[in-house]
Amino acid sequence: MTEAAMLEVTGLTHAFGPGTGHLALDGITLTVHEGELVSIVGPSGCGKSTLLRCVGGLIRPAGGSVVLHGAPVGNVPDRLAVVFQDYSRSLFPWLSVRDNVALPLRRTQPSRAQRRATALEALATVGLTGTAQKYPWQLSGGMQQRVAIARALACDPVLLLMDEPFGSVDAQTREDLEDLILAVRRDRQMTILMVTHDIDESVYVGDRVIVLTPGPGRVRADLPVDLPAPRDQITTKELPAFVRLRTEVSRLVRGQADGPGEPGDPGVAGGAAGAAGAEYRGRDRYRSRAARASQE
Amino acid sequence: MSWAPGRRAAGWRTTGHALGRWAVLAAAVGLWEVWARQQGSSFFPPPSAIAARMYDQWFSGPAAHLFLTHDAIGNVLPSLGRIAAGLAIAVAVGGVAGVAIGRSPVVAGYLDPLLQFARALPAVTLVPVFIALFRLGTEMEVATIAFGTVWPILLNTIDGARSVDPLQMETARAFRLPGPQRLTKLIIPATMPRFFAGLRLSVSLALVLMVFAELAGSSNGVGYEMNNAQSSFDMTWVWATIVLLALLGNALNLLEQAVEHRMLGWHRGARGRTP
Repeated sequence: MTEAAMLEVTGLTHAFGPGTGHLALDGITLTVHEGELVSIVGPSGCGKSTLLRCVGGLIRPAGGSVVLHGAPVGNVPDRLAVVFQDYSRSLFPWLSVRDNVALPLRRTQPSRAQRRATALEALATVGLTGTAQKYPWQLSGGMQQRVAIARALACDPVLLLMDEPFGSVDAQTREDLEDLILAVRRDRQMTILMVTHDIDESVYVGDRVIVLTPGPGRVRADLPVDLPAPRDQITTKELPAFVRLRTEVSRLVRGQADGPGEPGDPGVAGGAAGAAGAEYRGRDRYRSRAARASQE
Repeated sequence: MSWAPGRRAAGWRTTGHALGRWAVLAAAVGLWEVWARQQGSSFFPPPSAIAARMYDQWFSGPAAHLFLTHDAIGNVLPSLGRIAAGLAIAVAVGGVAGVAIGRSPVVAGYLDPLLQFARALPAVTLVPVFIALFRLGTEMEVATIAFGTVWPILLNTIDGARSVDPLQMETARAFRLPGPQRLTKLIIPATMPRFFAGLRLSVSLALVLMVFAELAGSSNGVGYEMNNAQSSFDMTWVWATIVLLALLGNALNLLEQAVEHRMLGWHRGARGRTP
């Protein structure tokens, strides 16, 4: 892994609506290095998805800059791919699975046979051999998201953006897909920026976890994750380091209830999580099975 | 699969329903037959007489002409040709303009009052204008059908093109699909369900407009034949023409449904599977 800064986001600000409107991002600054997998986590409405769209050139930010490989991002950069949360809408229901995956390749591969071969290869990578002729809606949710991942991989991206990619699948499928991403990343040198609201997931897959404040989004914390590779759903999640990290991230995320409190101050964040924090506590209860198991 | 037996049972049930529906129709025709025979009125001939007349009039031709009589070839085929030509124009204009207008919100905004006004105008009232423009004959009739049937197709296509899922558009941008591909691989397929909803309405409308335009002035066609039947006080012939129109209407609907079924398989599937 090289340490070159691949992506530099500086003072990124964005607002929706007329005038100053609703401020979604308020001066986000972060750097992503080549080959890193960075999780971005934060409460609902903190602007995570907006941040990802600005990085991908899908939204032009109101202020600040996004620099990829030394060049400012205007339109969608080459060799960038996106996996959206809502696979049922981001895959085209009138195209077969293979044609969905092959569609973005037309620009780079003029030969139809070659595009199809690339698509089949990408489908095999995500474990979907034999589904090429089916339509996306004939597959389960998890398989559809695999198709979306295959479509992204087929483009051979250097930067992969994932917007809550596993937010709409069941827990077991989610773990499988997390491991799929880790495996794919091991085999190909790719930089991945993944937005999630699942704290365990952010720590489990990430090399770094960036925690955003509730809207307008600012960077509350940027935590390195030094868990050994390869990661494993059972053994990694038992490690004291994992439990410590997920607890810290959890505190940082819950800190929202105390307004602009001191980032990461455990006394404030852990002690008096208010009404908004309660929602997160509820979610964590089932998301952190592994963490609890290790404590018992 | 585990649900197959249930499905087969459902299949039998639908077959039963279909038989039941046809039985109701047969009973109604039977009652009409009995009632008409009792009345003996020349205004209401029994269905058997109407059927016999239809056979004599249109379907007793030589095998080489697919059993069509001269009358059928001279009147029914021209009418069908006009419907086909009128609908073809409506599909081409409504489809192309619909996608173009639907994808440009500014243009759609400006044109909306005009389109709503033109749509509200009953096409049949323009027949005199078309007669003046094209004189009596096929051109006038095709123009009437095209003008009347273009609106449902156009307005539905505009709506469909306008409401392409924003996430699908964003996906197209994220994967850098070039403009022409966005059109052929995303916007047009996404618009198809609404386009066909419009076409369905237009097909029914086309038959009405065809008859009206031909009644207004024509030298052949089903409408022309109906005019003849009426002026010669041959009520069985009038009834035979009415039944023929009903059959043509049904045949056109079935044809449209078959095309739609073929083109929108993905749509039915996707709607049936996703919540």
